[in-house]
Amino acid sequence: MTWVRKHLVLILGLLVLVYTFIPIFVVVLMSFNDPASRLIYRFDGFTLHNWANPCEDPSMCEALGRSIQIGLLSTLGATILGTLAAFALVRHSFRGRSVANLVIFLPMAAPEIVLGSSLLALFVGAGFAGQLGFWTILIAHIMFCLSFVVVTVRSRLAGMTDTLEQAAADLYATPAQTFWRVTFPLVFPGILGAALLSFSLSFDDFIITNLNAGNTTTFPMYVWGVAQRGVPMQVNVVGTVMFLVSVVIVVGGELNSRRRAKALS
Amino acid sequence: MASTAGTAPVAVTDIKETKDASGRRRGRVGYLLLLPAVIWLGLFFVVPFYSLVATSLFDPSGSDSRGYEMTYHVANYWNAIQDYKGPLLRSLLYAGIATGICLVLGYVLAYAIAFKAGRWKNLMLVLVIAPFFTSFLVRTLSWKLILADDGFVVDALQTLHLLGDDGRLLATPVAVVAGLTYNFLPFMVLPLFASIDKIDHRLIEASGDLYANPIVGFFRVTWPLSLPGVVSGTLLTFIPSAGDYINAQLLGSPNQRMVGSVIQSLFTDANNYPAAAALSMILMLLVLVMVLLFVRRAGTEELL
Repeated sequence: MTWVRKHLVLILGLLVLVYTFIPIFVVVLMSFNDPASRLIYRFDGFTLHNWANPCEDPSMCEALGRSIQIGLLSTLGATILGTLAAFALVRHSFRGRSVANLVIFLPMAAPEIVLGSSLLALFVGAGFAGQLGFWTILIAHIMFCLSFVVVTVRSRLAGMTDTLEQAAADLYATPAQTFWRVTFPLVFPGILGAALLSFSLSFDDFIITNLNAGNTTTFPMYVWGVAQRGVPMQVNVVGTVMFLVSVVIVVGGELNSRRRAKALS
Repeated sequence: MASTAGTAPVAVTDIKETKDASGRRRGRVGYLLLLPAVIWLGLFFVVPFYSLVATSLFDPSGSDSRGYEMTYHVANYWNAIQDYKGPLLRSLLYAGIATGICLVLGYVLAYAIAFKAGRWKNLMLVLVIAPFFTSFLVRTLSWKLILADDGFVVDALQTLHLLGDDGRLLATPVAVVAGLTYNFLPFMVLPLFASIDKIDHRLIEASGDLYANPIVGFFRVTWPLSLPGVVSGTLLTFIPSAGDYINAQLLGSPNQRMVGSVIQSLFTDANNYPAAAALSMILMLLVLVMVLLFVRRAGTEELL
């Protein structure tokens, strides 16, 4: 009993952690489900059918492909723009800093429905109501990922001292050499983290996308659609794969940094 | 060069950039680096916001095809509040309860990771985020199964007589709040962890040395020091939950809509742009008031 009391907080914390995994367990389980009826969402029997035929509904894979494409493009855009801005905010001083900070902060503080409806109001007002689709989704995604990139890269940069860069300069490195050989590799984990965050934000977004997508369908929009009329179990296959991929990436990164820390010490 | 020789060291005249007190470089480069991001946010965040404000003041008798007239029709706001009081209050209430539960669960988890996890700290932190990389909608759908009428949660609650025999969770506010709590928990845990992890453990030990029992020590030392995390975690959880309608739509009942759902359908189904924009603005203003109240305590830099 004293052991339980001593470790009470840790045990409670682990319970909360277990709770966060319950739906994941259901997603994995349902990916092997052999449904008796499309309309009732429950586990009826085991099958590998869903894994063997992931694209049974071609429109799902089409939506998935589009989401990946939009995710990659908006990650690229947001990461470049956001990293540049983060460097400006940490390393440079200029007038209007606080305004810039505010403009970058506000998109994160606004509810998605407000961001989405503002953009829709703009697109419709500017006469683009008929052209809603891939490009308007991409514009919106770069917009809302941008702030998160700035914040992530900025915190990495702010935590760095410039002693190594000064040392490089003392050793006659040119500013460009210093940047590419010293600064960039040090900031890179932050940029990579920001890019991963961007991709998952973009891939997962529903509310803003739904308002600005016109007739284009992304993966979350597809799931939303089928939720009303019967869910194909293949969406759980996608969910499981997403979970596994992210675990591999994140745990891999963690092991890598551990190994490096060990090598350094 | 000859004219300056002997009067000033060469090195000083070589420095083109000057640095301010915090070591930041002055000069035009900063603007150039910042410009692309600011232009993008200007065009697709600031300008759209202006369009939203404008749309919310249009004459409501216009339509998508006939066009709208700008009549500074402030009545749109009063009408929106009158017509959608229910969804507005419901959104704030559900989001408030979900945020409260998130704060309790998130604090326990963040505290355990920061102070008790030892060498497993980073791994646990990773595990907190991992489930949330699975599609939001697919995750929410699985709550539909967990809370289903013949599901194990309902069975267990009925066995314990916490729920009547014909009681259900799905299509009730309980399910919506449960979904919101689950989906926005990481937004609470991460800032809380960042704050708690920074606390100097010796201060807590000192409170013990000064005969504070652990509970008093927690409320007089740990909690106040973790307030920045509490503030930003609360905002980051409350804001998206107040605007969310995925949980309400998938887990709740159709006659208990949240405000996000109303805005969405006013835009896309009813094509009533002025009312939708006005309602959107009201939600934004409510959230903004809350953010400002919190920011006065913490400051924006702290929030980021």
